[in-house]
Amino acid sequence: MNAAELLRRLGVWALGLLRGLGHSAFFFVDLVRSLPWALRRLFLTIAQIHSIGNYSLVIIAASGLAVGFVLALQGYYTLSRYGAAESLGLLVALSLVRELGPVVTGLLFAGRAGTSLTAEIGLMKAGEQLAAMEMMAVDPKERVLAPRFLAGIIAMPLLAAMFSAVGILGGYVVGVLMIGIDPGAFWSQMQNGVDAWDDVGNGIVKSVVFGIACTFVALYQGYEAQATPEGVAQATTRTVVVSSLAVLGLDFVLTALMFSAPR
Amino acid sequence: MGRKGIETLVGLFVLLGLLAIVFLALKAANLATFRVGGTYAVTAKFDNIGGLKVRAPVKSAGVTIGRVAAIALDTSSYQGTVTMELEEGIAFPTDTSAKILTSGLLGDQYIGLEPGGAEQNLKPGDQIRMTQSAVVLENLISQFLYSKAAEPGGEQK
Amino acid sequence: MKNDNLVQIDRVTFGYDQRVILSDITMAFPRGKVIAIMGGSGCGKTTLLRLIGGTLTPQRGTVSFDGSPVNPRDRESLYALRRRVGMLFQFGALFTDMTVFDNVAFPLREHTTLPEPMIRDLVLMKLNAVGLRGAAQLKPADLSGGMARRVALARAIALDPELIMYDEPFAGLDPISLGVAANLIRRLNDATGATSLVVSHDVHECFLISDYVYVISSGRIVGHGTPAEVQASDDPEVRQFIDGEPDGPVKFHYPAAAYGADLGLRP
Repeated sequence: MNAAELLRRLGVWALGLLRGLGHSAFFFVDLVRSLPWALRRLFLTIAQIHSIGNYSLVIIAASGLAVGFVLALQGYYTLSRYGAAESLGLLVALSLVRELGPVVTGLLFAGRAGTSLTAEIGLMKAGEQLAAMEMMAVDPKERVLAPRFLAGIIAMPLLAAMFSAVGILGGYVVGVLMIGIDPGAFWSQMQNGVDAWDDVGNGIVKSVVFGIACTFVALYQGYEAQATPEGVAQATTRTVVVSSLAVLGLDFVLTALMFSAPR
Repeated sequence: MGRKGIETLVGLFVLLGLLAIVFLALKAANLATFRVGGTYAVTAKFDNIGGLKVRAPVKSAGVTIGRVAAIALDTSSYQGTVTMELEEGIAFPTDTSAKILTSGLLGDQYIGLEPGGAEQNLKPGDQIRMTQSAVVLENLISQFLYSKAAEPGGEQK
Repeated sequence: MKNDNLVQIDRVTFGYDQRVILSDITMAFPRGKVIAIMGGSGCGKTTLLRLIGGTLTPQRGTVSFDGSPVNPRDRESLYALRRRVGMLFQFGALFTDMTVFDNVAFPLREHTTLPEPMIRDLVLMKLNAVGLRGAAQLKPADLSGGMARRVALARAIALDPELIMYDEPFAGLDPISLGVAANLIRRLNDATGATSLVVSHDVHECFLISDYVYVISSGRIVGHGTPAEVQASDDPEVRQFIDGEPDGPVKFHYPAAAYGADLGLRP
């Protein structure tokens, strides 16, 4: 394969990427436009919050606890070298609320809820359910996709908050109950250092943005999946990869915007 | 599972999520110290505000009784103007002094108010006249070096 | 003056990029009749249904429903049209997360404001018409292929459509289910006064129940008429299709190099 052929292939691939980007942008606009219907068919949205949120509770709580434990252990090791062990509560809380809560929840969400959304939509498409709905004069974007989109946006910040809260409790268990740091210092340092608006608030904003991104990617991949078993498998893989990259990329942008601006 | 069942579980989920947010805001962050009562604003001018940030605490005798609301540069005197919100109900005499202090050795900076003995109290919008700027490390070091150099038998230049 | 033909297809051409699927097709579907559209796989039968339903747009020609052209770009009129049409998909396309009852109730709940007790009665009546009233609380996963298709039929007629389209309703059914399906299609059509379009390649069943037959091959109509007329046709493509000849105008062998050359034999 000579250079010209390589270049041509590159060009074709790049054009395809651009076209895909444009296509997904239109899809996103359609999704946002269908959101009011999700509010009208409230029970559909509620049922989706159930399947996206409630079924993620166990993994979020377990992961949050584990991350809280590890943060406390690792944090204590480093802080005690500078005689700052009493700031452990602050370290755990800030790490969780600003970064780990939204980001790890986002990654877990992409894996757990994102893949199930993609597979479900992909299989509905393969079984012609979406086409049948279209033929019955019901827009599948409104009835099937919009409730799931809204449910994802609502569930994510709640899950991220639960992750952080459980993580802080986990940090308390390890830091105070196991290592023996003074509980008063643990909480007071935390309360003095964590700002409700700047830290907790920004963390919530991050998780809302991640929720929008992950749910959108999952729904798009499912909707555009090839109607075969391999097609659905590829689509779920792409959901996890693209969602995860999106979460990490958006995290960088949001963190730069939120936390580096001098006050 | 019936409709009612799903709605209840989702309600539970949302409740848990909101509880988590409330926990984070109150127990982990400083929202609880956000007084719901009113505040009144006073200003103070400093030659150097050091590392003072907006929302830094304003303390008197170590007790937090307010927050720094805004920091600006006064273009006529080239001093830093700090606006503070103090808790309503806690009055300070007009000759109160404001210092920029550091919590601990390398911690965040805050404003410490020391009340004077005047009979009149500060009114909203008043300016605290007596201020002490933040300690700037470079100045401290150059002062130290200078004083060391001024010692007899230690002249460098 | 009401048009005698519910659906009119006028000189329609449709294809993807280089591949032409339908070329210059003209068909008319009179009201109240059962019309069969037959042909080999990939000849464009399902494409026709999609053109009528507005999922696809013809490159040339017009598709009209009840006198007005089908315009996929006009969402309002398209959805208004679709409310008057019922479509039965090849494998039923039932909503797998709902019960049989909810599947049939779906169009009623979406497009009418009827109270639940009335919807319940209507759903049970439709299910009764297809013989599955007792299966109302089952889920699609619990149904056999034939039963699933019958439920899909009940769902397709939930709003009493004027046009019912069947995409391969007989494919893969056992003899009993075949008989049931054919019987249902004919009886429903006559009982409701609807027009039925049956896309199929099941020659025997189609001839039994249809009033008119179109045979399509390679994007053109190669034969049409009443079942008796088509049966008596001497067009070689029609004959091959009806008689089930393995070789004829539709070749047995996929285009390939000479046999000997492929095996490496010298001439």
